[in-house]
Amino acid sequence: MMQTHPLTSRTIGFMDHLRLNGFVLGPAETQACLNSIMLETTGERAVDHDRMKALLTGNKDEWDSFDALFESYWIGAGKSREQLKKTTPSTRTSKNLPPAWKDHFGEENEADKAPQIESEGDAGFGEEASGRLIAVDRNTRMKTDMRQFVEPDEIAAAEALAYRLASAIRYRLSRRYYNSKKTTRLDLRRTIRSNIKYGGTPIDLRFKAKPEQPVRIIVFLDISGSMQHYSRFFLQFVKGLVCQWTQTDAYLFHTRLVRITDVMRDSNSLRAMTRLSLMADGFGGGTKLGDCLETFNRQYAKKALNSRSIVMIFSDGYEVGTPEHLCEQLAKIKKRARRLVWLNPLLGWENYQPVTAAMKMARPLIDHFAVANTLESLAAIEPDLMKL
Amino acid sequence: MTSNNPDIKSRLTDVGYFATDALATALQLAIDLGRPLLLEGEAGVGKTEIANSLAKILDTKLIRLQCYEGLDASSAIYEWNYQRQLLSIKASEFSDRDADELEDHIFSESFLLARPLLQSIQQSKPPVLLIDEIDRADMEFEAYLLEILSEFQITVPELGTIHATSIPHVILTSNGTRELSDALRRRCLYSYVDFPNMEHELKIILARLPNIEQDFAGQIARFVQALRKEELEKVPGIAETLDWAAALCNMDIGNLLEEPEKVQSTLICLLKTESDLKSIVPEVTGRLAGKAA
Repeated sequence: MMQTHPLTSRTIGFMDHLRLNGFVLGPAETQACLNSIMLETTGERAVDHDRMKALLTGNKDEWDSFDALFESYWIGAGKSREQLKKTTPSTRTSKNLPPAWKDHFGEENEADKAPQIESEGDAGFGEEASGRLIAVDRNTRMKTDMRQFVEPDEIAAAEALAYRLASAIRYRLSRRYYNSKKTTRLDLRRTIRSNIKYGGTPIDLRFKAKPEQPVRIIVFLDISGSMQHYSRFFLQFVKGLVCQWTQTDAYLFHTRLVRITDVMRDSNSLRAMTRLSLMADGFGGGTKLGDCLETFNRQYAKKALNSRSIVMIFSDGYEVGTPEHLCEQLAKIKKRARRLVWLNPLLGWENYQPVTAAMKMARPLIDHFAVANTLESLAAIEPDLMKL
Repeated sequence: MTSNNPDIKSRLTDVGYFATDALATALQLAIDLGRPLLLEGEAGVGKTEIANSLAKILDTKLIRLQCYEGLDASSAIYEWNYQRQLLSIKASEFSDRDADELEDHIFSESFLLARPLLQSIQQSKPPVLLIDEIDRADMEFEAYLLEILSEFQITVPELGTIHATSIPHVILTSNGTRELSDALRRRCLYSYVDFPNMEHELKIILARLPNIEQDFAGQIARFVQALRKEELEKVPGIAETLDWAAALCNMDIGNLLEEPEKVQSTLICLLKTESDLKSIVPEVTGRLAGKAA
């Protein structure tokens, strides 16, 4: 009976249309959708629209985009579907990368390099515990300022180290438990059950303790002009973090703020890099960290931050906006998050002092201010993360 | 499964809830399909009130589970009554009961305290189960909930599986403090509840405050609508509008343009953070009130 309904094939087409646009829908949804059309044959499009919307959407983004997609399919007779196909980011080739972005990836990384990073990640997952050992092993490399990496081989090596370092940090974090003496509570249910053999006298006591909740890591990565030597390396570090640690949220900023967590998690590296470059399109010279953090506070902070969050900012602190504005926004983040870590690559330079006005004013708000221009310095923040 | 009452919207209106078409359809569909309905939206748009109103029109019980961080099975599903168990053990100390018999006795259903989730599947008439602010609960609890919502049965190790005598109408609400899992989203129908438009808000004010003058209610609704467009940290919801309207009526203010100082002082009903209160200075209030009048 289902097969004979005149709308069956069109509805299945509509599902495809939605999937193409990022909706996650399975056969169960198709079935439910077909059922709902047949539930009551009002023939009114508005009613069917509302029903499908309730059935097929799952979050605010989908809720907002559904109307346009519905219209384009059922009213535009599928025309816009072809257009959408053309502009889907995944089909854009890396040749179209905005020129400015190339500095950050380097030519060699774009197409053929990226999948290798994925496989390194898979290997790293199994060897998490050895992350530090490997880092120590390559001692000489670790002390080089990261600007000096120019050879493709060396860059790849740096990426691998960063990847493993990130994995090691994650691993350490997830092993931590609360001190069980402090929060140990009597588990009455098990105590009663196990002491029935003594006639109910509680001799053999059972306790329960709460395991540590996972830590959230929120990373802000500065990709403005002044950071371009480092940002490619940091990006690799962030990718390692995002892929290995599910409770991570990553953002890029320059003059705008872009959330890149979902892109970073894309299993197709080529598509991920292409999407990333599209997102970072049009970035200018300066850093408007204050404005970017304001965007974060307005749009994402409520969801992204909780009392177990570590906020990491990778930036040199050369700020275009006013220092007051930056501090105001940092203070807002500080209110919601547990710890604020600022990693500054310039700190490693000889004779460098954090004297920019923004940096000076923001300093009291930052829990941990560290240098991050070598792999060794990145490894050094690990104990600090563990102090949480 | 055609519903007996096609017009859920007008029935909701009768109990004082003004739903949009999309929301009414989603509710109807949730009832027809027996699926949970996930409602998202800013705080104060009336998500919880939907469950109240639904319970009223279905003439059934509302069982509410308020989620919070650290909510665990023992306060959401069931808990053994340990005091009674211990007493019972003491009381049977001098009887001839053997340990197995005693165990069966103290882990029987009369020692079980039903918490909201267990309660909701043990009713004779399907209740409305409101799982409020699910985003505040932990991931682990969400996973557990998922199992209950798909099977509608609860397993107590000492007792066995308790099957549902009635399938509750489940409404989940979320404020978006945490991203919910895809699995949970897929189980549920979804509706996003937005702030009401001008007409809806006016209707709500008139329904909840029957003594208010129509013109003045219109002014209040327009003022709040305009206020929501200002840059605020916390945008006022419907509850705030109603509070404010009630406050204005109590102070015998009949027009927003009269007595601007008094109006300004009542803004604490609408604006709930210090910086919002500071940003809406009397001049802004005057401008908004002027537009609304």
